[in-house]
Amino acid sequence: MSQSTPASVTADIAAKRRFRLKGGLSLWVGGALVGIALAVAITAPLIAITDPVMSANLMNAEIPPCWEFPFGTDAQGRDIYSRIVYGSRISLTVGVVSQIVNSLIGVSLGLSAGYWGGLWDDFVSGLTNLMLAIPSLIFALAIMAILGPGLVSLVIALGLTNWSYSCRLARAQVLSLKSQGYVQAARILGYGDLRIMFTQLLPNMLGPLIVIATLGMGGAILSEAALSFLGLGIRPPFPSWGSMLSEARDQINTVPWLSVFPGLAIFFTVLGLNLLGDGLRDILDPQTTTRR
Amino acid sequence: MTVPLLKVDELRIALAGDVIHNAVEEVSFEIGRGEAFGLVGESGCGKSITALAIMGLLRRPLSLAGGRIALDGQEIQDASPSEWRRLRGSRIAMIFQEPMTALNPLSPVGKQIAEMFVLHQGASWSEAMDRAEEALRQVRVPSPERRIRDYPHQLSGGMRQRVMIAIALACGPDLLIADEPTTALDVTVQSEIIDLMAELCAAKGTAILMISHDLGLVANMCRRVAVMYAGRIVESQPAGAIFATPRHPYTQGLVDSLPRLGERAKRGRQRLREISGVVPSIASYPAGCRFNPRCFAATDICRNTPPAQTPLPADGLVRCHHHG
Repeated sequence: MSQSTPASVTADIAAKRRFRLKGGLSLWVGGALVGIALAVAITAPLIAITDPVMSANLMNAEIPPCWEFPFGTDAQGRDIYSRIVYGSRISLTVGVVSQIVNSLIGVSLGLSAGYWGGLWDDFVSGLTNLMLAIPSLIFALAIMAILGPGLVSLVIALGLTNWSYSCRLARAQVLSLKSQGYVQAARILGYGDLRIMFTQLLPNMLGPLIVIATLGMGGAILSEAALSFLGLGIRPPFPSWGSMLSEARDQINTVPWLSVFPGLAIFFTVLGLNLLGDGLRDILDPQTTTRR
Repeated sequence: MTVPLLKVDELRIALAGDVIHNAVEEVSFEIGRGEAFGLVGESGCGKSITALAIMGLLRRPLSLAGGRIALDGQEIQDASPSEWRRLRGSRIAMIFQEPMTALNPLSPVGKQIAEMFVLHQGASWSEAMDRAEEALRQVRVPSPERRIRDYPHQLSGGMRQRVMIAIALACGPDLLIADEPTTALDVTVQSEIIDLMAELCAAKGTAILMISHDLGLVANMCRRVAVMYAGRIVESQPAGAIFATPRHPYTQGLVDSLPRLGERAKRGRQRLREISGVVPSIASYPAGCRFNPRCFAATDICRNTPPAQTPLPADGLVRCHHHG
């Protein structure tokens, strides 16, 4: 047993505190993974080796990973690495935009339902329960079947089917915040309903909502992959991670790199988003971030 | 005869349930411009909901069942929600007992003060922030130029209550309702806050409706005091007279139950006087005078007939068959 000297103990505590205040490991790992994914998506034309669609060359078909093609090539001789790089644009767009749509729908419904209560609340709660009762992927499938495949209909389908969680969360938050002194005080000081919602309620419930939205992004990316896998998402030859997996499923034994690399891309992005969501939950508490 | 700033006339507040009860009835009082008026009573006697009624904030199951509330001669009990919103904060303001929870934890205090100027006076944000700093200086928060950016959790309870006062008085309201403003604070901080409130209101000509269960505090600060019991005002007198010559047995009991400095030296160790019994529940108010089961002077008439108001000198009144 080694006895720590007081100096090292205080250094230890200081180090721990610094570590905790900055949000912990999951925030940094998650943030780094998401940051890499974003950077890849933004700089795709710069870091891709070949064009993801037009570089088909049957002479290069199904080459295993090597120096020239780091992730190998597919049956048409297209570079998997370049296709994954471009695919990130679609996956992240779907993830981010559909979650923004989800949050807007969910928060406005949940906030107004919790605030005004009454019939509107009953209606929104019923609708939320209905949405929760229908498997969201099936619902999204139905919408995709109506709208037809494509990026815009993907975003619409996923944006309209997953708002029930943020709606429930927002409503529950409003119900507990409504009885808080400062919300009552705002009413007594002559604030209007909308001003109370936007200045008093919304900022105070933003933390959990951001966490839910971040976690939901991972789910949306997986749903995009599932829909594309089923042939309802992004149409070939344009690359999305899901459609790449879909095309590769027959050859998983013979040409494993076709499915492993898109799978890893989905895995690390969703992992990063989930870790980021957890990390954000820890730091989105003003009591730990604003102390000076 | 000048028009009083606030005139509450025969106010009745109903509590809906299986049966409708009157939580407050026959409550009438007037507050003059710049006057400090105290409303005293124990928990559940209806003093806080009277204040809510004056702010137009009664919510189910409570509702205004009758009576008139006039601000500056203008009746406001039937005002529309948007008219109420214009009154609240700008002409009637309120501070509460819980300074810990009455401030938005995610908003710097300066911004919360400034919002009042923006909301009620249409000021720009930059102008409003300057005025917020001035408002903080007025409530004697040290180094307001730095404090203005602080969040509520960085301030102590007393400081937060000062910020609340700054917010409440920001728009120079005609009436400040203070609902137990010092209950959650230390005794020393209490007196500072009370002095500050009294001083600022005097300077701005703001009338105060002070609601408390602390008779001593109210008597110190207010010119006139009304005592409520079980939903009715039982006695109203100038602050000095209510201590010197309480007329209602309940007020006498309250005054007697206050410990006095030097009492023990004079008369030896004695048990503090108390009022026996408990407050009746709203569902089972006794017939006649509502205080009769606990009253030492109760007779048959008290058990059958509710006492009428008897006027006393200096605008006072008492509601007792055996007053005096």
